[in-house]
Amino acid sequence: MLSRVADSILWMSRYIERAENVARFIDVNQKLTLGFQRGLRTQWEPLIHTTGDEKQFKELYGNEYTQENVVNFLTFEDRNPNSISSCLKFARENARCVRENLSNAIWEAINKFYLIVKEFPRDAMVLQHPHRLLDVVKQQSQLIVGAAETTLSHGDAWNFSRLGRCIERGDKTSRILDVKYYILLPTVQDVGGNVDIIQWSALLNSTSGLQMYRRQYGRIHPQKVVEFLVLDRLFPRSMHYCLIHADEALRALSGSQPYAYANPAEQLLGRMKTNMDYLSVDDIVNRGLHEFIDTYQRQLNDLGKLINDVVCNSSLHSQWQHQLQS
Amino acid sequence: MHSRLTECSMFDSYPLPACYDELLTADHQSRFPTVTERLQQLSFSELAQRQHTTEERLRDLGITFAVYGHQDGTEKVWPFDILPRVIGAEEWQTVEQGLKQRIYALNLFIQDIYNEQRVIKEGVVPEEMIRTAATFREQCVGHTPPAGVWTHITGTDLIRHQDGQFYVLEDNLRCPSGVSYVLENREVMKRVLPEVFNGQAVASIEDYPERLLDTLLATAPVGASAPVAVLLTPGVYNSAYFEHSFLAQQMGIELVQGSDLVVMDGYLFMKTTRGLKKVDVVYRRIDDLFMDPRAFRDDSVIGVPGLMEVHRQGRVTLANAPGTGIADDKAIYAYVPAIVKFFTGEDPILPNVPTFICADPVQRQHVLTHLEELVVKPTNEAGGYGIVLGPKASKAELEECRQRIQEDPRNYIAQPMLQLSTVPTICGKNIEPRHVDLRPFILLGGMEMEDIYVLPGGLTRVALVKNSMIVNSSQGGGSKDTWVLF
Repeated sequence: MLSRVADSILWMSRYIERAENVARFIDVNQKLTLGFQRGLRTQWEPLIHTTGDEKQFKELYGNEYTQENVVNFLTFEDRNPNSISSCLKFARENARCVRENLSNAIWEAINKFYLIVKEFPRDAMVLQHPHRLLDVVKQQSQLIVGAAETTLSHGDAWNFSRLGRCIERGDKTSRILDVKYYILLPTVQDVGGNVDIIQWSALLNSTSGLQMYRRQYGRIHPQKVVEFLVLDRLFPRSMHYCLIHADEALRALSGSQPYAYANPAEQLLGRMKTNMDYLSVDDIVNRGLHEFIDTYQRQLNDLGKLINDVVCNSSLHSQWQHQLQS
Repeated sequence: MHSRLTECSMFDSYPLPACYDELLTADHQSRFPTVTERLQQLSFSELAQRQHTTEERLRDLGITFAVYGHQDGTEKVWPFDILPRVIGAEEWQTVEQGLKQRIYALNLFIQDIYNEQRVIKEGVVPEEMIRTAATFREQCVGHTPPAGVWTHITGTDLIRHQDGQFYVLEDNLRCPSGVSYVLENREVMKRVLPEVFNGQAVASIEDYPERLLDTLLATAPVGASAPVAVLLTPGVYNSAYFEHSFLAQQMGIELVQGSDLVVMDGYLFMKTTRGLKKVDVVYRRIDDLFMDPRAFRDDSVIGVPGLMEVHRQGRVTLANAPGTGIADDKAIYAYVPAIVKFFTGEDPILPNVPTFICADPVQRQHVLTHLEELVVKPTNEAGGYGIVLGPKASKAELEECRQRIQEDPRNYIAQPMLQLSTVPTICGKNIEPRHVDLRPFILLGGMEMEDIYVLPGGLTRVALVKNSMIVNSSQGGGSKDTWVLF
């Protein structure tokens, strides 16, 4: 596969996943607002911290963290490069560049997704009641994943899209957890103290994980929620799961042997994954969840750069690096 | 064969134009009764609904073209009218023979120009004309491309005049576009008008991608055992990007940009995630001048440094070969009938539009005194740019045109204003005549007549603006499905 194409597929997939996660962020916050009568500022501001776009937001809206501003910023704002509408624009642009590598079903799904959001009425009503929009975003994103699963050969293109999706998702789950944890448990002593069940349920819900959590652990307990979202091997949005599957995709691409790595990206990812394979939730909480998440995010960031470098400047196969294929 | 239309038909109130209409005769009879009968089984509102469905479908599929200088993403959905343009099989056979004859001769002409130059020595084309052509490429002198093929893909523009005869308007031997719309139009038509299709013997076009791939691989350099072909695009912002991506997808080959390719050790390679991979055939959709900054324009950022040298060494096939533009020059065009006669010994089957060459003092004088009746065209432009329509131009425009001709006569030709034929088209609440042309696509996989394939029908472009004869998509044109009916 062409290096440029590989990079575009990876980013196409990341942007779709990012759009879906932004919708999840808003959704859960919206549901919380409906249940409480707190000041708007405390309700909507954290959302901007979750996505890490405080600077951009302040430039556009100052300190006006109203629902309208925050929702608009995250959904339709063209000047926010991480808004749903921007993500879809970039996803489609990437898809257009590599259309011949995709199945028609995927291209059509992405193109429709882009058009639906682009033409969604952008008025105050939607900003106050964004449910329908958010549902559409989540469904369309899942449609694309499904189309890839069932119509794209499970070769290079599929693996690059899987890789991009896992990296993006792992990062976003860690952000959700980080912000909520910080708000719910401001100090270490509070761990295990009085628990706001509703808030923790909302956190799980924003990852579509509440039912799966219930089946596994039953009652809500902060430590268990952390264990579930960080370490679970089977829940598809957990940080560990995302590493396991990113690793699988990268290894499928490079064809490297077990217990060995073929390029620096694989080396870093392997370390991250193996580390998590043998961690317990106590290790994490004792070391500090925030520090742990911070490291995770920084490493994912490095991983993204390494993958880009490996794909664009050399070869996934170390042994083939300077050989010419004919 | 012609039949009177039934009462209350949707074509009853069709305002017949003064020119040739492709569907109805001057006395309001259908030229293709089986088609009109089927169409009339649908009510107009039903037809309009289908038209609407089609537009939605094209939008969902992202079948678009880019418009330069347009805001908002620069993409527009390809306008498409569902009433087909029909051509009878017998007539088509003549067109097909004519195109084969013409392409066969033009390929030999290009080979000759860059090698022996018999056409000059034997007085068929004046040397002056070749020497002064902007599209003549010094870099190609002495070259013979693999399999002797220069013009792998041609998209000849035909128009039908009032006299009912097809004329060749332009040869388009460089990077003709539009075939993807032909294929997509057909797919959409099968979906939205199945009952009209059903039972008609419409010549199939669906195998074009396969034939194109065959053509590319058949002309691979000698010695490439399992040749690898790619399609080279200037990128996603090019007006024909949709087509590039569509054709690459249909053929299952890589769509590459200049930055994906690199010349090393005398061969061409593409950069893949598994290292470099050798490329043997490049279906290039970028102009000669941008292809290789070392050989042509050194400011080109979309080209591949060193590509021309690999080509000259016969180690990569470029389709179409650089240099074919010489036969596309609108002044050389005037000599094509003589060129056909010279290389085939036959009279041309498809006539040219009469053409005045402004470089010739006598002809120039005629043009300058009849400017308001003629169409003036630059000799080296495509896409309808720079054309002045005498009868429609203002005094000032004519004066400006006159000056430009006098300053640079070699750059202009003039032709009489031909009437384009019309086809019934859905326009708001009515069916009205709109002018069309026809661009058949021709593939050349070797130097012999048998190596030529003509796609049945081709792209029918339609000027959607009433009375307009400008069919270019960049200027308000749309398209129709074209049926060769057996």
